[in-house]
Amino acid sequence: MLRFLIRRTLGAVVILFLLSIVAFLLFFGMPRDPGLLMCGKTCTPANLANIHHVLGLDKSIPEQYGIFLHNLVLGSNGFTQGPCPAPCFGYSYHTNEQVWGTLMDRLPTTVSLTLGAAVCFLIVGLGTGMLAAWKRGTLVDKTVTAGAMVLSSMQIYFLGPLALAALVYQSHLFSKPAYNDFTANPVSWFTGLIIPWVILSTIFASQYTRMARSSMIEQLQEEHVRTARAKGMSRKYVFFRYAWRGSLIPIVTIFGIDLGSLLGGAIITEYTFGLPGLGKLAVESVFFSDLPLLLGVMLFSAAMILLFNIIVDACYAFIDPRVRLS
Amino acid sequence: MTTLTKESGAGAPADSGAFLSVRDLYVRFKTEDGVVKAVDGLSFELERGKTLGIVGESGSGKSVTNLTILGLHNPMFTTVEGEIVLDGQELITARESELEKVRGNKAAMIFQDPLTALSPYYTVGRQIAEPFWKHTGASKKAAWDRAVEMLGKVGIPNPKERAKDYPHQFSGGMRQRAMIAMALVCDPDLLIADEPTTALDVTVQAQILDLLKDLQQEFGSAIIFITHDLGVIADMADDIMVMYAGGAVERGSVNEVLRSPQHPYTWGLLNSMPRLDSDLSTPLAPIPGAPPSLLKPPSGCRFHPRCTFQGEVGGARCVDQLPLLPAGRGGACHLTAEQKQTIFIEQIKPRLR
Amino acid sequence: MKEDVTKDVTTGDSTLPAPRAATDDSSAEPLLVVENLVKHFPVKGGFPIRRTIGAVQAVDGIDLTVHVGESFGLVGESGCGKSTTGRLITRLLEPTGGTISYRGQDISHASRKQLTPVRSEIQMIFQDPYSSLNPRQTVGKIISAPMEINGINPDGGREKRVRELLEIVGLSPEHYNRFPHEFSGGQRQRIGVARALASEPKLIVADEPVSALDVSIQAQVVNLLQEVQKELGIAFLFIAHDLAVVRHFSQRVAVMYLGKVIEVGDRESIYTRPRHPYTHALLSAVPEVELNESGKVRRERIRLAGDVPSPISPPSGCRFRTRCWKAQDKCAQEEPPLVRISGNHDGHLTACHFPEDPTIEGRDEDIVLDPALVALEDAPEGH
Repeated sequence: MLRFLIRRTLGAVVILFLLSIVAFLLFFGMPRDPGLLMCGKTCTPANLANIHHVLGLDKSIPEQYGIFLHNLVLGSNGFTQGPCPAPCFGYSYHTNEQVWGTLMDRLPTTVSLTLGAAVCFLIVGLGTGMLAAWKRGTLVDKTVTAGAMVLSSMQIYFLGPLALAALVYQSHLFSKPAYNDFTANPVSWFTGLIIPWVILSTIFASQYTRMARSSMIEQLQEEHVRTARAKGMSRKYVFFRYAWRGSLIPIVTIFGIDLGSLLGGAIITEYTFGLPGLGKLAVESVFFSDLPLLLGVMLFSAAMILLFNIIVDACYAFIDPRVRLS
Repeated sequence: MTTLTKESGAGAPADSGAFLSVRDLYVRFKTEDGVVKAVDGLSFELERGKTLGIVGESGSGKSVTNLTILGLHNPMFTTVEGEIVLDGQELITARESELEKVRGNKAAMIFQDPLTALSPYYTVGRQIAEPFWKHTGASKKAAWDRAVEMLGKVGIPNPKERAKDYPHQFSGGMRQRAMIAMALVCDPDLLIADEPTTALDVTVQAQILDLLKDLQQEFGSAIIFITHDLGVIADMADDIMVMYAGGAVERGSVNEVLRSPQHPYTWGLLNSMPRLDSDLSTPLAPIPGAPPSLLKPPSGCRFHPRCTFQGEVGGARCVDQLPLLPAGRGGACHLTAEQKQTIFIEQIKPRLR
Repeated sequence: MKEDVTKDVTTGDSTLPAPRAATDDSSAEPLLVVENLVKHFPVKGGFPIRRTIGAVQAVDGIDLTVHVGESFGLVGESGCGKSTTGRLITRLLEPTGGTISYRGQDISHASRKQLTPVRSEIQMIFQDPYSSLNPRQTVGKIISAPMEINGINPDGGREKRVRELLEIVGLSPEHYNRFPHEFSGGQRQRIGVARALASEPKLIVADEPVSALDVSIQAQVVNLLQEVQKELGIAFLFIAHDLAVVRHFSQRVAVMYLGKVIEVGDRESIYTRPRHPYTHALLSAVPEVELNESGKVRRERIRLAGDVPSPISPPSGCRFRTRCWKAQDKCAQEEPPLVRISGNHDGHLTACHFPEDPTIEGRDEDIVLDPALVALEDAPEGH
């Protein structure tokens, strides 16, 4: 197991390295001059050259990448804005803040949003999905399936503003979505995020409902499940011990992917509710062509997805002894 | 074994009739293409401690019948009519909770492919122990010990350690042994073995068949042995029931059915089966055609489209009228006893040399 | 040592009186000669970089000769390498070592281009009639494909030939435009046979062609193959686990165990006078219908213990020794050569240091090695 984790981690590092090359070439190797963005309206060639020099853009692309990588791993004192400890993505063109620091400032928002929503959509999604599988073919099943169908065709940018309008601006039942530090005030942390949680998990839960239902039904038709029934084990026991265990695999797979990509930034949700998370940061960095920040956000999201991929694979080993022992 | 206390057994009424009796069983599946008449008016009986071999090809209804006995069919798509009485207890109308007490306890099942029939997620020991603690109320520890004992009994070397293994760590033959251990753990009165050796190699099959016979001696269970292989049935069964297209076409003792078969389908099976001692100068005599679709089974005798002796009966009786299977020994065929006798002696028996 | 044995076997084989079905010209030049054929599949593993750490020794040095027009049976239990052998001979796999000669031409490492003419002459029939036919093609297209690929243009056109082939295999020429799903398992296998016949092969490798079929249908396909073999003079390498079917179809039979041929000979000799303990065990394990009350020979009862060992690390010396009742130290140290041992018929070769008597009759005492059976069967005596 440890060997497996080490091997997968090494693999992930290699992927990140390759990704960083591609991303770097994409952003800095483009014919468009990033220096122009900093230069402003009254741009003289001398100013531009100066900017190029300060940003290191007068060096060759491989050289620039070498510096980027060096900074990332070892940190740098070469920035005019100040020291930049590892992992150093440089300073933002737009805010002149350290990129890593900015990422870390925004991360708690995204983590709070993601984890809260994940708890909701897992409980609701798996619960309804399993209920539907248990009551397969009945009215309950049909209602749940139809409901999930409708909800899964909803979008955040439709449900979000709707919820805001109805629950916050019209009726004032809930406070306006905002991120408040958990340690400072848990209650306002909770009330500020409740609407984004509910909306985000509504959309995700329907997907989990459908998946839990179909994989439970599939598992219930497995031969080993039939064997368990033939042994006289109760329907409930077979459902929750035998079928459930097998249907965990697809659920964990999708959950890992969802969690990884949400932690890399729930772009639309954060933007819709104005939450200052990584997703919103990504949009902002694109807006301002803030290349160091964009690169940072991108690599961070990629790292999150890879991390959760490894966690998912480790979960497989935990769930399925065939994976564990091979 | 003697330490085992069971709810039924000694208290059950003395063998007034058959221990298992299936009467006029009809099983139908709803599918997208229509209604499949999987079992169509089947009746049979089984005595305590005896082995009934059910032979038939795919789609003959042999497996469905036995899943229905334990109520393991999917009630959503299946309709079941008739009567199944096991040791005085009617099973078709029985509540699920009552069936649960029967399954794995009074009647247990062994399936064809032990790799898919055992759960990959739990240890072999646990899977064997489960029915024991469920049915006897024993502690998990006692059930585990019992599982180890059973594994030893079915010939798993080093059972104490191997009980902690998962099924995929067992070889094919060992998995089927584990299945047998699981089925016998509560000392059932009835064991239903659904093609238990079809997925196994021939030398392993021989081990498993002998093991089942020896264990039957010790445990005294009645066995329903389902197979498509007449050789296996000859080896295992006391009585044989031949099934075709959802119904029984012939039954009798092993010797009766194999040595003086009375139904054209049984003749066909015997003539089409290559044997180790058959005369190589006569080619195999296959049954023409293919088994019918149970969505639309043939009218009258279900075997008539493939039967070469229809002409002997005369008229359209084979097409119009379903021949009845007499109780006890006999075959469901419109041929007269004399006709059967003549055809068998003149046309069938010589080929069996 | 081993090289010498190999030589002996092949030269010895071709000078033997030809088996029943093989005609005179076949002894002059065998159709297919396989020498010391080896196929190892790599096993990956290791840390931190995955690499080859072992090999599944699926086929480990076998010799076979198939003559023109004969049916050669290859029997054995799962994992013995019989299917791999079939795939090597049709060159769906490339051998790790050894040679495969088809009519004198070494095809063991032949390129795709070199194989083209040979491919039309060596055809294959597969086990599963459901997955070996393309469901999106009509029967006509499936059967004519080998002709297209090999550029065969029969008189009267390909369609006419396909309709003829459909008749030969017992289907109706009207089935030309149907799709595989419209046919039953037995009929699909007939389509597979017609496809194999389309390129006018000299050798058909049939890998368990009837084991997926119902008993009553099995006989139909066996009879069809028999007609094809006899009337069209096509040689067969018939791979099966069912000893009775092989006996019915093949004039000569080789028994495989864990990647080795342990006994080979003509049918009569193998089935009534086997010498290798494993052949004895296999034959005695076949459940048989006793049809007559009297006049039957009581067959011996041999029950082996356990399953076949892993082909990743097969036992040293004789591979069967771990399950053999006659095994001694010598068996672990020395691999027995596949040779004719005294008392064997011509062409009956056995790889065993301590061969059994050439009979399948019951013994005074059954050989029961399975510990569970021993325990259960001895128990009543104690009572």
